[in-house]
Amino acid sequence: MRKIFLTAALLAAFPAMAQTPAPGGGDTGGGIVRAAKPVTGEQVYGAVCQACHMADAKGGVGAGTIPALASNPKLAGAAYPIMVVAQGQGAMPGFVGTLSNAQMAEAITYVRTHFGNAYAKPVTEADVAKFAKPPSAGGH
Amino acid sequence: MDSGVRAPTRRQLLSAIAKVGGTAALYQAMTTLGHAAETQFHGPPNLQGARPGASVIVLGAGLAGLLAAFELRKAGYKVQILEFQNRAGGRNWSLRGGDTYTELGGATQKVGFSPGNYLNPGPWRIPHHHRTLLHYCKSFGVALEPFIQFNHSGWIHSSQAFGGKPVRFNAAAADFEGNIAELLAKSVNAKALDDTVTQEDRDKLLEALKGWGMLDKDYKYVSSLRASSHRGYERPPGGGVDGAPIASKDLYGLHDVLDPQVWTSMGFFMNHEMQTTMFQPVGGMDMIGKAFARQVDGLITYNAKVSKISQDDKGVAVSWTDTATGKANETKADWCVCTIPLGVLGQMDLAVTDEMMAAIKAVPYSGQVKIGLEMKRRFWEEDDDIYGGHSFTDQEIALISYPNHNLFKDGPAVLLGAFAREMGAYRLAGMTPEQRIEVALAQGSVIHPASYRKEFASGASVAWSRVPWTLGCCARWNEDTRKQHYQTLVGMDRRIVLAGEHASYVGCWMEGALLSSIDAITRLHKRALEA
Repeated sequence: MRKIFLTAALLAAFPAMAQTPAPGGGDTGGGIVRAAKPVTGEQVYGAVCQACHMADAKGGVGAGTIPALASNPKLAGAAYPIMVVAQGQGAMPGFVGTLSNAQMAEAITYVRTHFGNAYAKPVTEADVAKFAKPPSAGGH
Repeated sequence: MDSGVRAPTRRQLLSAIAKVGGTAALYQAMTTLGHAAETQFHGPPNLQGARPGASVIVLGAGLAGLLAAFELRKAGYKVQILEFQNRAGGRNWSLRGGDTYTELGGATQKVGFSPGNYLNPGPWRIPHHHRTLLHYCKSFGVALEPFIQFNHSGWIHSSQAFGGKPVRFNAAAADFEGNIAELLAKSVNAKALDDTVTQEDRDKLLEALKGWGMLDKDYKYVSSLRASSHRGYERPPGGGVDGAPIASKDLYGLHDVLDPQVWTSMGFFMNHEMQTTMFQPVGGMDMIGKAFARQVDGLITYNAKVSKISQDDKGVAVSWTDTATGKANETKADWCVCTIPLGVLGQMDLAVTDEMMAAIKAVPYSGQVKIGLEMKRRFWEEDDDIYGGHSFTDQEIALISYPNHNLFKDGPAVLLGAFAREMGAYRLAGMTPEQRIEVALAQGSVIHPASYRKEFASGASVAWSRVPWTLGCCARWNEDTRKQHYQTLVGMDRRIVLAGEHASYVGCWMEGALLSSIDAITRLHKRALEA
C-alpha cells in the first residue's frame, strides 16, 4: 500500500511525466525513470504498441507470433481490443496502471482507423473504463 | 592446551547433523543457526535408477532444459532436446563482433565490437547466494570473476534535481544521509520523540545520527572534513606542503537530495538480489550456456520449431518443423520437460488440462532493452575514476554500466548504454536499431558530455519484446496470478512438466530457471518410478 501511495504522490508532482520506479522482482536497472507521456493515439502507438506490433502494425513471426493489427477484422468491434489492451493476453501485459484510460482509448481509436483498418467510431475513455480493473500488486 | 570437554564448533555440529539427518536436516539446522537462509538449493538432485529404456524429451535448450537433460541422463533416461534456435543457452547469451542478430520485424544488426568485447543482452550478473548456478558453474568449469555492482563513484542523474547535472553517488548519498540525520536529530532535540523513545535510546540515537550522518557538535550537517570523508573533498589529502585536505563546501541541499532518484539509487543496493558480492563469467555470460551445452553434447536438435505437444497414457508426442529444411517431424518419448517461454507455449496446440492452458496464458512478459556501446577508450576510468559499476539516470536508458573486466586496458571497451524497462523500454524497442543507438548516445552524453559521442565506435541493441524465440524477457507474475495459476503451472500435467524462470519465485534470474528445473525433474522422476 505504501508503495502505491508513494507512486501516486510522485505522479501528481510530475503530471507530464510517467515515472517508473524499479519493479519489485527480477534483475532491473535501479533508480527511477521519467518517460515523456504520450498523448495522442499516434504517440501512444509509437511509444508503446510499436515495441511488439511494429511500426507498420504487421507484427512478426518467430517461435511464436506477434499478431498483426494491420487489416485485422478482429478490431471491428471495439470491445475485443479494449479488453486485450486493458487486461493483456498471453505474453502481452495489460496496460491498466501503465497507461491511462484516455491513452488506451486514443491508441485503440488510432489503430482502428489506420493500418488498413477503417472502424470510424472512436473508442472513449468511458468505454475503456468498463474493462479497466486495477492491477494487483506486482512481485515476481 | 586441551582443557578436556569442549563445545563442538559450529562446523562439527553441522557435520554431525548432516550425517544423522541428511541435507534437509542440515538445512533446517543451518537456518536455525542463522546461516543459509538465502537459497532453496540443497545440492544437486542425484536422481538414480530410471526404468530401463525410459525416455524424456526436453523442449528448449536454455539453462532449465540443459540442466534437466544433464541430470535426467545421469539418472539413466534416454534424453533428447529440441531447440528453436541454432544455438544453446537461451537467454544466457552474449553478442560479440561478427555476430549477426535479426529481431522480429526483420531488422538485422551486424555486431561490430572488437575482439574480446561483448554485450550480455540477458543475464549479466550473479548474486553470491544464487548457489545452484554457482554450484554448476564450478562443476562445469566456468570461471567467474567479480561483477562490480556497487561503485560509490558512479553518477546519479535526475532531470529534476541538481540543475539537471549528474552528481557523484557518494556525494548525493552522503548529503541525503546527512540531511536526514540533521532533521531527525532536530526532532529528538525538540522533544518531538519523547513519547516514543526512552531517554537512554534518545541519547544513543543522537550519538548514532552524529556518527552516521557526519553531523557537527550542534547536530548540524555542514561543510567539514568529516562530511568530506563521505562525500569527497574540495582538495583531498595529499603529501608535502599542500598535503592538508580542504573540505568540500557546496553540500547539496535537502530539496535536491530528496529527489527520488537519490534514494531509489541508494535503495537499489539494499535489495537482496542486488547486494554484493556479485559475479560474471570470464569472457561473457554465454560461457555458462556453452558449458552446460557441452555436458549434453549430441542430445540437442537445433532449428526445431515446436507446434504441438500431445500426450496419452503411454507417452508424449511432439510435432516440430525443421526451420532449416521445412521438414515436419514428430518425436515421441515417455515424458516431457517443457521450458518454452509461456508467451510462445501458449500459442501451441497442447494436450494439457484447461487449467494448465489458462495458467500458461495468464502470465505476461516484460520487455527490457539493452544497448551495448563500444567506446574507443575507457574515458570513465581515465577521466572519472569509475571502475565498473553503474551510473543511474532518470532518462529512458535508466543507467550506464561500465565493464568490470580488463580494467586499465588501452583500446576499445563495451559499456552497457541502456537497461531500459517499462515505458522507456517500450519506446526504445519500437525504434530501429539505429534510432536506439542515437537515443543511447544522446542520453548517455548527459552523464559524460565531453567523451560519449567523441569516443563512440559502434553499438548493438536487443529489445526483448522483439526477440523471436521468447517474445519477451521474463514472466511477470502478480499476487493474483500467483494465487490463481502458479501451483497449476508447476504441477505435472500427466506426462508433461514445465520448467524455467517462469515456474519459480526467482523470476527473471538464471537461479530461478535452475531451481525450477531441479524441482520439476525430481517430481518427474518420482512419477516415472511410480508409473
